[in-house]
Amino acid sequence: MKTFVRILKKPITSTLIAILFGFLVAAVVLVFAGYNPWESFGALFKGIFAKPKYISNVIIKATPIILTGLSVAFAFKTGLFNIGAEGQYIAGTIAAVCVGVKFNFAPVVQVPLVVLSGVLAGAVFGGIIGFLKARFGIHEVITSIMLNWIGLYLSNFIVNTATYHQPNSTSSYAVNESSFTMLLPDWKTSKAGMAALKPNKWLYEMMLKTDVNFGILIAVVMAIIIWVLLYRSSKGYELRAVGFNRDAAEFAGINVGRNITQAMLIAGALAGLAGALAITGTSPHKISQMAAFENNGFNGLSVALIAGSSPIGCIFAGLLFGGLLYGGQSVQQDVGAPTEIINIMIGTIVFFVALTKIVPSLADKLERRGAQRAK
Amino acid sequence: MLSKLILLIGITLMYSTPLVFGALGGVISERSGVVNIGIEGMMTTGAFTAAAVSYFTGNPWLGFLAAGAAGGATALLHAVASVTFKADQTISGIAINLIGPGFALFFCRLLFDNATMTLPAKTLPKLFGESAFGDSAMKNLNVDVTVILALATTVVMWFFLYRTKWGLHVRSVGEHPAAADTLGISVSGIRYVCVLISGILAGFGGASMTLAIISQFTPTAISGQGFIALAAVIFGKWTPFGAYGACLLFGFAQALTIVLGGGDFAVPSQILAMLPYILTIVVLILFVGRSVAPKADGEPYEKGVR
Amino acid sequence: MEVSRQYAVQMHGITKMFGSFCALNNVSLDVKKGTIHAILGENGAGKSTLMNVLYGLYQAEAGEIFLNGEKVNIKNPNVAIEHGIGMVHQHFMLVDNFTVTQNIILGNEIANRFGVLNMKKAREEILEIVKKYGLEVDPDAKIEDISVGMQQRVEILKALYRGVDLLILDEPTAVLTPQEIDDLIQIMHNLIADGKTIIIITHKLKEIKASSDVCTIIRRGEYIDTVNVADVDQEELATKMVGHAVQLVVEKTPAEPGEVVFEIDGLTVKDERKLDAVKNLSLKVRRGEIVGVAGIDGNGQKELVEAITNLTRAESGTIRINGAEIQNTSPRNVIDHKISTVHEDRQKRGLILPFTVAENMVIEKYRSQPYNKGGMLNRSEILAYTKGLIKDFDIRPDNCESQPVRGLSGGNQQKVILAREISNEPDLLIAVQPTRGLDVGAIEYVHKTLIRERDNGRAILLISLELDEVMNVADTIDVIYAGTIVDSFQQGEVDEKTIGLLMAGGKLNENIRQNS
Repeated sequence: MKTFVRILKKPITSTLIAILFGFLVAAVVLVFAGYNPWESFGALFKGIFAKPKYISNVIIKATPIILTGLSVAFAFKTGLFNIGAEGQYIAGTIAAVCVGVKFNFAPVVQVPLVVLSGVLAGAVFGGIIGFLKARFGIHEVITSIMLNWIGLYLSNFIVNTATYHQPNSTSSYAVNESSFTMLLPDWKTSKAGMAALKPNKWLYEMMLKTDVNFGILIAVVMAIIIWVLLYRSSKGYELRAVGFNRDAAEFAGINVGRNITQAMLIAGALAGLAGALAITGTSPHKISQMAAFENNGFNGLSVALIAGSSPIGCIFAGLLFGGLLYGGQSVQQDVGAPTEIINIMIGTIVFFVALTKIVPSLADKLERRGAQRAK
Repeated sequence: MLSKLILLIGITLMYSTPLVFGALGGVISERSGVVNIGIEGMMTTGAFTAAAVSYFTGNPWLGFLAAGAAGGATALLHAVASVTFKADQTISGIAINLIGPGFALFFCRLLFDNATMTLPAKTLPKLFGESAFGDSAMKNLNVDVTVILALATTVVMWFFLYRTKWGLHVRSVGEHPAAADTLGISVSGIRYVCVLISGILAGFGGASMTLAIISQFTPTAISGQGFIALAAVIFGKWTPFGAYGACLLFGFAQALTIVLGGGDFAVPSQILAMLPYILTIVVLILFVGRSVAPKADGEPYEKGVR
Repeated sequence: MEVSRQYAVQMHGITKMFGSFCALNNVSLDVKKGTIHAILGENGAGKSTLMNVLYGLYQAEAGEIFLNGEKVNIKNPNVAIEHGIGMVHQHFMLVDNFTVTQNIILGNEIANRFGVLNMKKAREEILEIVKKYGLEVDPDAKIEDISVGMQQRVEILKALYRGVDLLILDEPTAVLTPQEIDDLIQIMHNLIADGKTIIIITHKLKEIKASSDVCTIIRRGEYIDTVNVADVDQEELATKMVGHAVQLVVEKTPAEPGEVVFEIDGLTVKDERKLDAVKNLSLKVRRGEIVGVAGIDGNGQKELVEAITNLTRAESGTIRINGAEIQNTSPRNVIDHKISTVHEDRQKRGLILPFTVAENMVIEKYRSQPYNKGGMLNRSEILAYTKGLIKDFDIRPDNCESQPVRGLSGGNQQKVILAREISNEPDLLIAVQPTRGLDVGAIEYVHKTLIRERDNGRAILLISLELDEVMNVADTIDVIYAGTIVDSFQQGEVDEKTIGLLMAGGKLNENIRQNS
């Protein structure tokens, strides 16, 4: 009993329970709509794991939302609600395209240039939100929402300018190839490359059928860096202090306004990085006219929540999310059930994450009842 | 020129209407102390239900009411999580924003032959159009009846909050739930009702989109209006008329892009579209100052915690 | 005690649990009609819990309640109110941005069929009660704008408006001056004369002796005794309350102050409403001296502290420590100049509750060596430092350095703050309401610590709303009224009544001064 209670109290248990409920509710809805839940879940898993290229695509799809998830999680830890990750992501894509189309240096210069420009753009968007809150006390939710829309329209505007508009399309030019961050794009399609890969079926499929890029490596590294920043550095200590109790932090001599701005700069930079890496790492390597938000930032919100705002947790939550989003397409293809079942599943998981506070307190009750019986 | 102006006013009123309903929903919920980020999700379920019911029954009013019920049902989830389970209200709201559209599209596919849009349905009647003004310039003020409903709801909510005893109860629960509790007011009861009403209103907001502005439900029918409504609540300082004014501002900007984007204006439509959002930030800096939400907004109420 | 109609309320065998914590264990209380009955106990003894059960906010696990000889089941405050029970809570249950009238009528409004409020009639009814009992209030003022004393009167009016017969007052004198306490006691007697019964919850022995007829003592959730107040003295009450003999007077040797370390000259500070809260205030503190600032809440103490710690602007005047001017710089600068502050609101300003004890301990030091190496925290150093302070200051539990500070009791949380501020080796230590919410043992500890630091040569500025504390602990007593220091005395020079008079804005008769 004691170990059971101890397991219940761990935060990861609550998350796993939430995921379980997500599947349960989805199963109920599927049955109600006349579909076989086992078949549907089977299709989902097949769609994620059956082929190497699927796994690769899941990782590729997970990369941006791990980073935007990190952005939101980091902001949460410092007491801020970064619902503006969407706009910061878009800002990253805009900057990456502008720089990546205009310049064409050697990859060793071009790639950092393009990626950093995206980081900077995201940081600016985030920094504006932070500054307005620090200086004028304006709620970050409202400025975030405003900047999201500004970002969207700015993107559409850039797409339509003469410099960037690709004729006969609804998109911009693609960035120059020197900006690409895919893994060995030229080598893998060359004769020598293909010959080398052919013996290993797994590798062959992954490399040639998907846009394998080192975005995922960057995402994982960033998660670790953010963890170290938050929990081992004095700056992280300051940011968390302000996040938990700005009155006490102020009283102890910490500059609250500066820390709020810095936190949002970092959060924005992470989301901007996500956007830049998406441009450099995956086709079509360009931005297009958007009628609505593509949800890279909003999905990051869900990732952060499922991860309990833990930086390392964002890696796993992002992968889970990416898997569900990508594998969900197979559900519609194979079983005919609408892909929206995935949205329902994800929404339910997040919903139960919200309720997870109950699990530890239920565990407490069990513990006490056990102790009383023992008396 | 006059007719263009009237057209502008008409479109402003139309586009702000869904926002007004959503924002009023936000106001009543947050005034009772429950943060409602899920307005977007509730509007989406309302939008879909309105279009679907109107299509299948041929009666747009039935669709309108059904939308309210759908929004209310969605809000019930949020109420249970936030009030009974004392969950994190922000997370619950975000979950609703995922679940709402999820269910809407899911059922849309089921009912409409796997399409993600409903078939065009009967819409709500319009007022002040050609029937009222014949061929004069005023005929451009061709607004839907939902515009009047939205304004009426705003007035009613204002009166409710500031002139009736239940409004006093609601506000006390949002500012100092312990005080209300010690005077015998049911904190959870009030919060449940307010969250439910907020869902119903959001549902109406969705319906004002698919039964008036457009005549069917599409995946992009509700894309961001819920969040703008949320911004309007904050901008309007959590008051009904403040929120109404903020929604008019956003609706006006949207109308501008439509009326001016017609071509004879040098500014690109995207820049025009950005203006309301930039304007909001500027106004916030200059005038609104520190946002002051109801004191107990977002905190689950626990007895005995001081 | 048998059930009978001569008792306004009888609570028999009340047991209340919160989870596995037993707040009340088989406690009984019998209150005779028309008396003022005190419930005495330390912070956390269970007195408020017992009354919350009576008022219907909590349901007891066991026990019965009788009103006027009849068994009742009080399920919620509405039922309590219907039975004529009213409660004035220790932490006021008032909505800050509602008016006095709105707060009084909340839940009991006069409205028509459609729920529309009739505010005019409400105002009239309230003014009638105001006149009857002499409770001065402004019906249209917002709670956030009125004084604490008036807020308390609003709370009492709330109960009277509902036709209360039994009035429960929870720690009513915590924020009142001697004069206001006298006024309150007079109001209580007016109510008794009108046939009402009063229960007063308190840990203030003096007030019990001054006001109550009977006193029931509760300790750690257990019933201890019920006595006639006239038959016992304060020492006996204290012993029953704590369980062992208690020193009621602080032991200290006379001060031997050195040179002036801290000096405020002509300080003016505006409050939130842009009015002058501190007006041309001057005071000085010397090395090895405790200066106590006595005053009623709302006379500028809050703004004074905020100006010194640089949380607020000083409009004019200077604040000097060791000769250096520190007004209008930054909180960081104040700390760097060796001023440490124990703030009155330990949970808001003093501690970050989710942080561990160790993390809280270094909140002013984390940027410097050896706790910080190249931007990274040196965790072993921080833990060692904290462990040392836990031992020196006897913080319990003694292995709490890695536990969240919110798990510590109020007394131990205060010890963490004291340890932290004192280990800064400040030249000036400011203590604001340092014993708020602490039990007798912890209060004793804090006072002893302050005096020890004084003996170590520190300058100490004590700002407290508890007049007793200031009079017992301080060497020099400055009286603050309307934002300025109106007079200054050495300890023992004048009596409490005189200081109370000055705190309320009265003027001293020169004779009193010369004759003490």
